[in-house]
Amino acid sequence: MSGPRSAEGAHETPLADRHVALGARMIDFAGWRMPVQYTSILDEHRAVRERAGLFDLSHMGELYVDGPGAGDALAGALVSDPRSLAVGRAQYSMICAPDGGVLDDLIVYRLADDRFMVVANASNATVVSDALTERLEGSDAVLDDGSLATGLVAIQGPNAVDVLRAHTDIDLDGLRSYAIAEGSVAGIPAMVARTGYTGEDGFELFVENARTVELWDRLLVDVQAAGGLPVGLGARDTLRLEAGMPLYGNELDRSTTPFDAGLGRIVKLEMPGDFVGRAALEQVAADGPRRALVGLIVEGRGIARHGYPVHAGERRTGVITSGTQSPTLGVPIAMASVSPADAEVGGMLEIEIREARIPARVVSLPFYRRKT
Amino acid sequence: MPVPPELRYTRDHEWVRLEDDEATVGITAYAAEQLGDIVFVELPRVGRALEAAKPFGVVESVKAVSDLYAPLDGEVVAINEALTGAPELVNSDPYGEGWMIRVRLGSSGDLDDLLDGAAYDALVAAG
Repeated sequence: MSGPRSAEGAHETPLADRHVALGARMIDFAGWRMPVQYTSILDEHRAVRERAGLFDLSHMGELYVDGPGAGDALAGALVSDPRSLAVGRAQYSMICAPDGGVLDDLIVYRLADDRFMVVANASNATVVSDALTERLEGSDAVLDDGSLATGLVAIQGPNAVDVLRAHTDIDLDGLRSYAIAEGSVAGIPAMVARTGYTGEDGFELFVENARTVELWDRLLVDVQAAGGLPVGLGARDTLRLEAGMPLYGNELDRSTTPFDAGLGRIVKLEMPGDFVGRAALEQVAADGPRRALVGLIVEGRGIARHGYPVHAGERRTGVITSGTQSPTLGVPIAMASVSPADAEVGGMLEIEIREARIPARVVSLPFYRRKT
Repeated sequence: MPVPPELRYTRDHEWVRLEDDEATVGITAYAAEQLGDIVFVELPRVGRALEAAKPFGVVESVKAVSDLYAPLDGEVVAINEALTGAPELVNSDPYGEGWMIRVRLGSSGDLDDLLDGAAYDALVAAG
């Protein structure tokens, strides 16, 4: 099975023509031709913080796991315990290699007693699909990779709930954070999840490819009427960074364990039974993590970027994993992977920006938390 | 939209306004638009000697870091301090309030390498 591909060989989502018509700058991202910005990353960022933004996330991977053994099989394949989920609920999870290194971070939704949906990053969808296929062998569950058949549109921001309410028969007030329900949106069969990657209230809408354009068009009219905007991957990155959320390839990678990224809480070592990476992760939990993920606010002149060295006095303590000028706070913010000894909130570190050492203060994450 | 015809340009998308033995330097509207929202500009100290085609500063958008290249040899005599607090001036007024540095020209007269407006427009149109 192969989705449509552009002339350059990248996959295209069903919305590619819409993005171009809206004037988006298109980039190749994880093998997909995606909008990085429509007008301005700052304007799109602020639209999501203050009103609403509409995102095309159809590049992400949707993997369905079905069968009487689906829960047990996933519990052995991931680091969390999806069996603990009630039907209609979701959890943040990871899939690790036997050595405890992260293959991807995921959201697992329980759609029915015997049916789960695993949503993977586009950049890792094939890796996750292959690993799950292997790990489900001999279990009473089967994997169906729906990535190329599924459209995913997110609506995020304080006005998202009101915009969506006018289009759906799903009781949105009854749909809690990290919950998912099936129904219709704009007359289109959809699964609606109250999840996102922005730090705002919002929803992710899973529909079949063929109906994605119709869904987008209907929602975009109302998003724009509410003062919102279509939002590209550029603002998606600044929004998630302010919200302190990790990005695979930056905060997480194959050589990082969940504990090293400060996410050990999602590893359920107390659950019975083995899972891939368990022995290695028990060792990390016993020894303590080798790295700590910290938030930094730059106090000198300069913007910290991915890969810049971080120093504690004369000692190199780590590296910037993500950094930008925070549109909401108006100061440069960053996340860094440092020695746990240098991770204390309030401490001062130095970031090597070109030839200069620029002071930065360790702060607690997230940088931004919405008012509820 | 054509660029201001009275200015000269580099292939790296800087513009130069020549006035007697001094030149004002900035980046073109095309460059600013390609970078997106500019959030940080790092400029050299007054007095620094510049060498043509060598980096003299940095401009950063939300997503990307780009070097600024000196269009000609010379010495920095002024920098646009307003860009420290308002780097977005480079987006909103690239040929005016968004200027970056003023340079006293060196003796080596390398102005022939600069493009006129029509040549720069052609360069941008060619992608």
